[in-house]
Amino acid sequence: MKYMLLIYGDETALNESEREACYVESTQLAQEIKSKGQYLAANPLYPTASATSVRMREGKRLVTDGPFAETREQLGGYFLIDARDLDEAIGVATRIPMARKGTVEIRPVIEIAGLPAG
Amino acid sequence: MQHENVPQRARETVDAIYRSHSRHIFATLIRLLGDFDVAEEALHDAFRAALEQWPRDGVPAKPQAWLVSTGRFKAIDGIRRRARFEPLPDDLAERLAADSGDELDGEGVEDDRLRLIFTCCHPALSPDAQVALTLREVCGLTTEEIARAFLTAAPTLAQRIVRAKAKIRDARIPYQVPSPAELPDRVDSVLRVIYLVYNEGYSASSGGALMRSDLSGEAIRVGRLLIELLPEAEALGLLALMLLQESRRAARSAPNGDLILLDDQDRSLWNMDYITEGSALVERALSSRRFGPYALQAAIAAVHANAPYAAATDWAEITSLYDILLRTDSSPVIELNRAVAVAMRDGPLPGLALIDAILTRGDLADYHLAHSARADLCRRLGRTKEARASYERAYSLARQEPERRFLERRLCELRD
Repeated sequence: MKYMLLIYGDETALNESEREACYVESTQLAQEIKSKGQYLAANPLYPTASATSVRMREGKRLVTDGPFAETREQLGGYFLIDARDLDEAIGVATRIPMARKGTVEIRPVIEIAGLPAG
Repeated sequence: MQHENVPQRARETVDAIYRSHSRHIFATLIRLLGDFDVAEEALHDAFRAALEQWPRDGVPAKPQAWLVSTGRFKAIDGIRRRARFEPLPDDLAERLAADSGDELDGEGVEDDRLRLIFTCCHPALSPDAQVALTLREVCGLTTEEIARAFLTAAPTLAQRIVRAKAKIRDARIPYQVPSPAELPDRVDSVLRVIYLVYNEGYSASSGGALMRSDLSGEAIRVGRLLIELLPEAEALGLLALMLLQESRRAARSAPNGDLILLDDQDRSLWNMDYITEGSALVERALSSRRFGPYALQAAIAAVHANAPYAAATDWAEITSLYDILLRTDSSPVIELNRAVAVAMRDGPLPGLALIDAILTRGDLADYHLAHSARADLCRRLGRTKEARASYERAYSLARQEPERRFLERRLCELRD
């Protein structure tokens, strides 16, 4: 079963060296779960200041600056994992460094037919 | 004559097994079939088949195993029939292919009930849903019964259960006893649900008294089941706490529903069986040295329960138990209770100083029991004006009818 682990947090919470440490720890976690066959993908995201939102309405393209919604905690990265069940996914989520400062939201992934293989 | 009784006796056996073991069989069917609704249907199909076949062919040697394998077979049959129209999900196909014939014989069946409890009390479900699911799936109450007990509309409650089951399925909440690393957290969550159910039944807040005490009975039943399967110190402590509170049920309210305080209760109405059992459980929990808040609260309740009359209560022991409790769980409500115990041990003045300190911090400013405890101490010190002001404040904050009537009576007494 695939789970998307969405990592939310205050994007100003980490300073430069903390961010570096967070990347190192996340990379180690990714390597470790890779060896258990749980890893599918993971990436940090640039802050919401770099976000662009796109909408198509009546055939017209609306492109705006900024994220979909202004919130106190922002989406800052993700892990896509393969886990046996929710408890296993929770086990990985608790080890994501930002779980200690922000929130990791776990969403089960719907598998639909016809998507190209990753 | 005897011959004619055979079908009748077989029907009675089906009935008896349904009452005593349908939830066990259900729990095993969930493990085998991996889905609450499929298991529920299989359970009913199995009992229907037993009602048809046992009076004719006799009761099988292992009736429970027969019911499990019949339920499983009927479910697989039904799923296969439907699968002609839509393909089976992979995991279900796997599960059906797995040979589980040797798992039906009673061994590990109790583990299935424990799995069921942990699934229903999974922290990924909302607290409301955990309570509703536990009563529905572990205790076997109907949706209507649960709705009535919680004064919720039946459709609302039914929807809550449907959503919870959908989450269990979609997010794949596992049907298993958690690993040792997760166990302490997860047991906490189970204990919280059981105690919530118990208190819903114990507090006379609303609803008819009868269905409320049923809820307490269910909570005690699950508490017993839990310690049978998992004799953790806090599980023992919670069961002890519930039994000791329950022992006072007949004494704690007057026939008109008025509240009777511990000091004024007729102790001959206390249930001695519950007190004996609860006190022994407290001993067991405390001797394990891994006890926590439930065992400590139970220990306090046991001190009360074992005092032959109110003035014989060992308040020094109670105060020191509150001291330990505060160290494990520093909540202002426990601080308040400790202050009351200190007042009983050392007199109203030191107790009042502690309560005023808590109220000054603002922690319990809106908690009616803090103001009524303060009022009581002022009354005992002869500070009538202060007592009246605090009772009035408590009255304005109290929600439950019996408590409001109690405070009214106290205010009347002070006016005389």
